[in-house]
Amino acid sequence: MRIGIPVETHAGEKRVATVPEVVEKLVKLGFNVAVESGAGEGSNFSDEAYRAAGAEIINGAAALWSASDIVFKVVVPTSAEVDLMREGGVLIGFVWPAQNPELMQQLAGKRATVLAIDALPRMLSRAQKMDALTSQAGVAGYRAVIEAANVFGRFFNGQITAAGKVPPAKVFIAGAGVAGLAAIGTAAGLGAIVRANDTRAEVADQVKSLGGEFVKVEYEEEGGGGGGYAKVMSEGFQQAQREMYAKQAREVDIIITTALIPGKPAPRLITAEMVQSMKPGSVIVDMAAERGGNCELTEPGQAVVKHGVTIVGYTDLNSRLARQSSSLYASNLFRLTEELCKTKDGIIDVNMEDDAIRGLTVIKNGEVTWPAPAPKLPAAAAKPAAAKPVAAPATHGHGGAPASAGKVAAMFGAAALLFLLIGAYAPAAFLGHFTVFVLACFVGYMVVWNVTPALHTPLMSVTNAISSIIAIGALVQIAPPLELGLDRPDEWIRGLAVAGVALTAVNMFGGFAVTRRMLSMFRK
Amino acid sequence: MSASLATVAYIGAIILFILSLGGLSSPESSRRGNLYGMIGMTIAVLATVFGPRVTMAGIPWIISAMVVGGSIGLYAARKVQMTQMPELVALMHSLVGLAACLVGFANYIDPMAALNLSSAEKAIHEIEVYIGILIGAVTFSGSLIAFGKLSGKIGGKPLLLPGRHFLNLLGLLIVIAFGYQFLHAETISAGMIALTVMTVIALLFGIHMVMAIGGADMPVVVSMLNSYSGWAAAATGFMLNNDLLIVTGALVGSSGAILSYIMCRAMNRNFISVIAGGFGGGAPAKKSGGEAQPAGEVTAISAIETAELLRDAKNVIIVPGYGMAVAQAQHTVYEITQHLREKGVNVRFGIHPVAGRMPGHMNVLLAEAKVPYDIVMEMDELNGDFPDTDVAIVIGANDIVNPAAQEDPGSPIAGMPVLEVWKAKTSIMMKRSMATGYAGVDNPLFYKDNNRMLFGDAKKMLEEVLVALKA
Repeated sequence: MRIGIPVETHAGEKRVATVPEVVEKLVKLGFNVAVESGAGEGSNFSDEAYRAAGAEIINGAAALWSASDIVFKVVVPTSAEVDLMREGGVLIGFVWPAQNPELMQQLAGKRATVLAIDALPRMLSRAQKMDALTSQAGVAGYRAVIEAANVFGRFFNGQITAAGKVPPAKVFIAGAGVAGLAAIGTAAGLGAIVRANDTRAEVADQVKSLGGEFVKVEYEEEGGGGGGYAKVMSEGFQQAQREMYAKQAREVDIIITTALIPGKPAPRLITAEMVQSMKPGSVIVDMAAERGGNCELTEPGQAVVKHGVTIVGYTDLNSRLARQSSSLYASNLFRLTEELCKTKDGIIDVNMEDDAIRGLTVIKNGEVTWPAPAPKLPAAAAKPAAAKPVAAPATHGHGGAPASAGKVAAMFGAAALLFLLIGAYAPAAFLGHFTVFVLACFVGYMVVWNVTPALHTPLMSVTNAISSIIAIGALVQIAPPLELGLDRPDEWIRGLAVAGVALTAVNMFGGFAVTRRMLSMFRK
Repeated sequence: MSASLATVAYIGAIILFILSLGGLSSPESSRRGNLYGMIGMTIAVLATVFGPRVTMAGIPWIISAMVVGGSIGLYAARKVQMTQMPELVALMHSLVGLAACLVGFANYIDPMAALNLSSAEKAIHEIEVYIGILIGAVTFSGSLIAFGKLSGKIGGKPLLLPGRHFLNLLGLLIVIAFGYQFLHAETISAGMIALTVMTVIALLFGIHMVMAIGGADMPVVVSMLNSYSGWAAAATGFMLNNDLLIVTGALVGSSGAILSYIMCRAMNRNFISVIAGGFGGGAPAKKSGGEAQPAGEVTAISAIETAELLRDAKNVIIVPGYGMAVAQAQHTVYEITQHLREKGVNVRFGIHPVAGRMPGHMNVLLAEAKVPYDIVMEMDELNGDFPDTDVAIVIGANDIVNPAAQEDPGSPIAGMPVLEVWKAKTSIMMKRSMATGYAGVDNPLFYKDNNRMLFGDAKKMLEEVLVALKA
């Protein structure tokens, strides 16, 4: 089958749905790939590069759409584009079926099969390699920090220079989704002090892991809306949240907002007063500008200065890093194609039994199949597992917790009884040896605990060598000064003893030699 | 040499032995520690040979036995490969056990040993002989089987006889009954029968005990046999009224016991349950009712992609396991480590206490490959560093990196301390297949999103990674 890559027609869009590197892989899967001339220009991929990777270059959108069985798109197609589409063709890209009902109708009218990459069941772990929302949001989060740095008049990192001290920039990031986390990592990497907040308390660890500090809202409510998205919060919570934001606005230099709720306008987090309270020269990057903005004063698509604060409301952050965005998007679509074409023969199979593909498929052969029935949410299943941390070891006794008083008492009791029995019946000569034995056990205990675990093998081989001291026992039997008149089976004893000496000699020499050999290998 | 001089020499030897073990507290002092051990042994042997209990007539015998045994030992020490250390140590334990038996028998048939003893003293002496031979025989046969298992001559699977606990108990009762008979034997030949029967049962018990233990529990067994060989020496010391043997035996015995304890703790298992055996094969049957079977997809990775990940990493932790020893991959691992370190990558090794087949096995292999010991860390030293680690590579290990130990209280290995490789940004698992580890437990790590599987022989794959890294 032939995969077609048209030029993205949306104003200002610089991304492209596949890149030359991925074209090669698609060809290996058995597909023909056709690229509209100039499709990769915005992302710095020339027609030549595509051709070299094995793609065919077609001039004009109409020719491309009609020649392609499958079309890869980035932005939602326009109605004009759908008109060009082949009857019964396949479209893969962003569709947003909830927001674009007319488009869905039009596509259904074409008896098309449509896979909306935005409808991917994201909580399915094996779907993550195809998750374009994540890959694009990550790029946007990175770019948001770069945009902020661009208009911010100071260093991000604190420095101590000969001319004096430069304090580090303070960055506050609202919303710790994929974009927010990418922004945290980028800002922290540039050396800023990063704080972040999210209504979902479970992301606190992720924030910390990227070098950010998690700022809590002092109000008890859990904001996970299922499927990894946030939900709308109660009035009491919002009040507390506003206070927290107001406080952060006074303290920080840069605010990056990423708060979105699926299917709803973006929540208003930053009011005009908060902007006013910020230090002059501060920056706000509103990543939710397209959906109305998290900041009251945001103007979508523009960077404006209000009350001395630069408010960046660009809606094309991905196009501002087009090459990276395109590469990642192309990889996502490639992973999806792999899933669709398990036979590697260049023919796709939209298998509705597969959870991931079922979720993606919003129209199949002209029949609207959206919304898909919710796959069993792994998020709900994961919770109880996480909720019961392992308490088991404590019951196993060997966990390192001191033994209970009862156990200790029982042990001392048993030892006392044993010593009493020995004291009552054993002859004096034995007791002398017994004293030595018990003390030696304690000395051994003390000494061996100090041995570093790295040397446990040498420890075993050296103790093994030392235990050949048993040779002494054999040595004294070979030819002792005899007392006359005893009927002693000399030959037998000597035979046994000589064998004993020979065996222990193996250990004595071998054990020390091998220990020496091992220890000489340990070096810094 | 007078008896007093010999005793003083023995005290010197004891001090040197203690210093020898003390020296192992760090690699720097360990070489001197080994030297102390050698000097101590030389002093002890010379003091005995030239002491009052050996006449000139024995010297030729002693020299020839020493030369024969010593040359075998030196030859073995030179030839053994570091991956075969567990086998060699097990074999040497068996020699100590056998020697203890021989000395015990020789002592029993020697009328001089029990000369001038009161009846209570004689009874004690005979108990000492009996116990000394018992421990020696168990050590001997148990170590031989351990040697067979470690060298692959006997299958690693536990052999579980029906009613094995009952069999062991029966053996113990017979041993006690014959012990009673032995103590009341009128003549040496009558006692000899009881002694022989006991020895046979002890040998069978040693075989049975080690046969029932699975491959993953081998570190416990090897250190336990180490301990036994010490107790056998101590028992011989009691028998011969020799404090040097008693002290040395006690040192070795407690050392082995501590090692066994450390190994058991590292597996979160009870010593008794390890010795009772059957873990390696019994667990999968129990697991069928277990909850949360990990499911999902594993993501495979190629050697070239692995090299790319490593090239971009700042912090790398390598977790070696028995698979690395089997594949003899330690030298390739070192070359990769060296290459990355030259590029400024912080490479460290994380060693789980029970990785490999004997305590400290991995450290020795890495030392052999010239990996500097200051980048080889214990589990507790670097478990907290995984979140800051870019790539964690697991080479031929499985159970020791299984997150189920922490996450799934129903898992057979729940509570076992593990290396938390899944907390690294990316973990790469090098394995020959999807098979489970010795514990027979499925590993949810394979299905984690940040885990990649590099399938194939460890050595071959690592060589490909190295080539790709240098390209």
